Amino acid sequence: MNAAKPAAHPRSPEKPPVSPGRRKFLSGMAGAAGGGCLMAMGVGIYSRQASALPALALRPPGALPEPEFLAACTRCGLCVRDCPPGILKLAAPGNPVPTGTPYFTARTGPCEMCQDIPCVKNCPTGALDTELDDINKSRMGVAVLVDQETCLAFLGLRCEICYNACPVIGKAITLEKRHNPRSDRHAMLLPTVHSEHCTGCGLCEKSCILEETAIRILPPALAQGKIGEHYLKGWEERGKHGKSLIGEQLEFEVRGLEGKRFGDTRVHDEAPTHTDPAVNLADPPPFDPALINGSHSESTP
Amino acid sequence: MSTRVARVSDRPGQDAIAGKGWFAAHKWLLLRRVSQLGILALFMVSPWFAVWISQGKASPASGLTDPLLTNTGNLFSSLGAPETIPPSSTDLFWIIKGNLSSSLVLDFVPLTDPYLFLQMLAAGFWPATTAVIGALILVIFYSLVGGRVFCSWVCPVNMVTDAASWTRRRLGIKSSHAPHANTRYWFLAGTFVVAALTGTLAMEWVNPVSITHRGLFFGMGAGLWFIVALFLYDSFVATRGWCGHLCPMGAFYSLLNKTALLRVAAPRRDACNDCMDCFAICPEPQVIRPALKKAGQDSPVILDSRCTTCGRCIDICSKQVFRLTHRFDQRSSS
Repeated sequence: MNAAKPAAHPRSPEKPPVSPGRRKFLSGMAGAAGGGCLMAMGVGIYSRQASALPALALRPPGALPEPEFLAACTRCGLCVRDCPPGILKLAAPGNPVPTGTPYFTARTGPCEMCQDIPCVKNCPTGALDTELDDINKSRMGVAVLVDQETCLAFLGLRCEICYNACPVIGKAITLEKRHNPRSDRHAMLLPTVHSEHCTGCGLCEKSCILEETAIRILPPALAQGKIGEHYLKGWEERGKHGKSLIGEQLEFEVRGLEGKRFGDTRVHDEAPTHTDPAVNLADPPPFDPALINGSHSESTP
Repeated sequence: MSTRVARVSDRPGQDAIAGKGWFAAHKWLLLRRVSQLGILALFMVSPWFAVWISQGKASPASGLTDPLLTNTGNLFSSLGAPETIPPSSTDLFWIIKGNLSSSLVLDFVPLTDPYLFLQMLAAGFWPATTAVIGALILVIFYSLVGGRVFCSWVCPVNMVTDAASWTRRRLGIKSSHAPHANTRYWFLAGTFVVAALTGTLAMEWVNPVSITHRGLFFGMGAGLWFIVALFLYDSFVATRGWCGHLCPMGAFYSLLNKTALLRVAAPRRDACNDCMDCFAICPEPQVIRPALKKAGQDSPVILDSRCTTCGRCIDICSKQVFRLTHRFDQRSSS
């Protein structure tokens, strides 16, 4: 780095240095340029490596998509100051969140969904969209019921805390009624997230009564699949156009299922009228193993 | 450089203290400390007052508009929480809210660091009008007053590097492995390049200035080690290494310093007794000579844009050679 001093050079008497001042200037400049660029390169590489947002760190409402956010956020903390419940924090160096940027952690401090959205109002750069006028339109993440093995509802117990804590109650999380195969006489009320309504505020995650929450807010990129854009759902297209887009289909009789509707593979008429796989597991209809060749074999009586 | 270091005093200012008294020999230093600490205090004074006012009183959690939410909040979040909830920062009136990167003065005037603003543009983001106005205000202010006034009168890191310079003088550390003083300009240019390449405000991951200031108000974390590292580097490795050679922010503000109206001048330069105290204390010693010794200029005004207008040369001179004046003040005894 210390290139300010010119390198010692054996001087030969018959060939004196042309211009020591110029040489000193040039080597000094080269050192400054090299040092400055090296430092900038280090900064660039470090910032790239340290720019990943941990999955459980959530941005405030109205935050731009993460790559733009990291170009836009000055890390001034005005959103932190303006957050009434005080859940927003600026990441300190050493924190896995990009240095200085605002975030919150749903499990310890979820977004309380203030109706007037004060956190976005003073954002000077628009890293938080100051035009956001309806907190229900914010998308901080998406709730995912990550563990059906521990969720009390899936154990057949009554809980529904996440459903009740949800500020978009009845829309972002609904309770889907299912037969309880264990008791065979109760219902299970399964919390089911609908991403088109979920704001990712994290009140459900905060409220989950398990020691480790079974419902978490995740970044949509981690939580959601994406169907191919060429994909057309036949039943939707048929509804839109009033007829099947690919014309009427030929229906072939399946040997042994004569007289059944196309696609109805039930062997016995007295089989259950619902088609829920969970129910079929515990309450299998009598069937011919030769027809369903081995599947569900563990539940065969 | 080594020849000059050998001549300057380890304890500059003894003559000035003997001649003018301690306070007069530290006038500008004390004023700068008042400015630096005062600006820090302005960022913090509102919550201090609020805590003082609300002591002993329970303040209800605000911002919960839905009673259902309040219930779940109380049921699950307040278990084991202390009785007194600290007042929400949103209920306060702030004199300055935010930090040096961006702030809001009196809930009305936006300020945005122009260096950060330009990095934002380099990263390919055109910010909202508020930031544009905020950056313009600061560009106009610092262009008039002097860009590096930021360094010596506002920046919190200045206190750290001043302490390092003091330590270095007191311990009599002569050796210095400082990089070329122009490294900062290359580094400055480099930060814009990496902002463009990464599409982020890359320097903000490591900028000790914003890390220090933000850390004081929003949590320091490992930022403390940035400060310790700067202190050790300036104390034991490089004389004035960070502020005088590397800091891209200082380099940026020195570009705004070219039109500075507020300037230090040496009107009584014929009284100079060559004690070298001003060179020993100056954070940018190369800026003094042209004005003091008429090296390449006749004007007594220190015109070098790297001068931080800290005024320590005024303090330290026992012959009253220097004074704070404006750029066009050509009065000179010689």
